[in-house]
Amino acid sequence: MTGGPSKLSCAEFQAQMPELIGLGKDAATHPHVQSCELCRALLADLETIAEAARELFPSVEPPDEVWEHIDSAIKREQADGIEPGLTPHRQ
Amino acid sequence: MPNSPSPTQAPSRIPSNRSADTPSAAAMGQSTNNVPSGSLNPGDADVLARAQAGDHQAFAQLYSVHKRRIYSLCLRMLGNVAEAEDLTQEAFLQLHRKIATFRGDSAFSTWLHRLSVNVVLMQLRKKGLSLVSLDEAMEPTPEEGPGRSFGSPDLVLTGAIDRLALERAVAELPAGYRLIFILHDVEGFEHNEIASMLDCSIGNSKSQLHKARLKLRDTLRTQKRREERS
Ligand SMILES: [Zn+2]
Repeated sequence: MTGGPSKLSCAEFQAQMPELIGLGKDAATHPHVQSCELCRALLADLETIAEAARELFPSVEPPDEVWEHIDSAIKREQADGIEPGLTPHRQ
Repeated sequence: MPNSPSPTQAPSRIPSNRSADTPSAAAMGQSTNNVPSGSLNPGDADVLARAQAGDHQAFAQLYSVHKRRIYSLCLRMLGNVAEAEDLTQEAFLQLHRKIATFRGDSAFSTWLHRLSVNVVLMQLRKKGLSLVSLDEAMEPTPEEGPGRSFGSPDLVLTGAIDRLALERAVAELPAGYRLIFILHDVEGFEHNEIASMLDCSIGNSKSQLHKARLKLRDTLRTQKRREERS
């Protein structure tokens, strides 16, 4: 980084945001954030969203029929001679 | 920009030592909550080995350990119970066909998640849903460029966001953004794990997540503005 981080424009700072946040650094301590109300608000919003996300879409158990279907499909496939592991390895 | 070497080859076990990969961090960069429940007990390695050898009982046990996580992923991505059930079934059938090929060079739970993500993606493509391909997402578009203004700070989404409003906004995201947002922010996977699941770079995963959050913010702010007007 040349020119000192505090001299960043909003555009330059925002271009760095994904990396800065993704590294797990506390972006709020960044000099640009400290001096820029807009970017501070943006950061706070994104934090609020990330926090709220943890409560979204609580995990659920599938109904028992799902296993019953899997179970009978497996037995059908085995009756047809398809054994586990014989499908070409594709990853 | 430091570009860490591709993590795909590195053995990464989800449950152990997640903090070793990333510096301890603010909420946004690292999600510690909702850690994917791939944590196998010591006896589970044995269950896995038996399932790989074709033991149906052991496979049923694997199903019961992982069913909740996989079904929830499908439901979060599709938003529809019937489809989520079908996809869960398809994912475990594929697991059954491929389980013998699992080599143990990644955590089994990550491997299974990756397989399930692919089942989900295939379904989304079948439905012709826009995925905003990972490559496409890397190209800056003019209106999404970093320089765009984002309005006045008085519209900050302070306090609690309405959960249902946010869920609706997530459901409206292009599928590719939604997937990364769900994997990282909802389910707690790290960027290196997501990159390996989706065959993309870590930088790509970070940038997609950022764009997903920006889009959500836009949606929520638009809603808020509308509410304030009415
Ligand atoms: Zn700024």
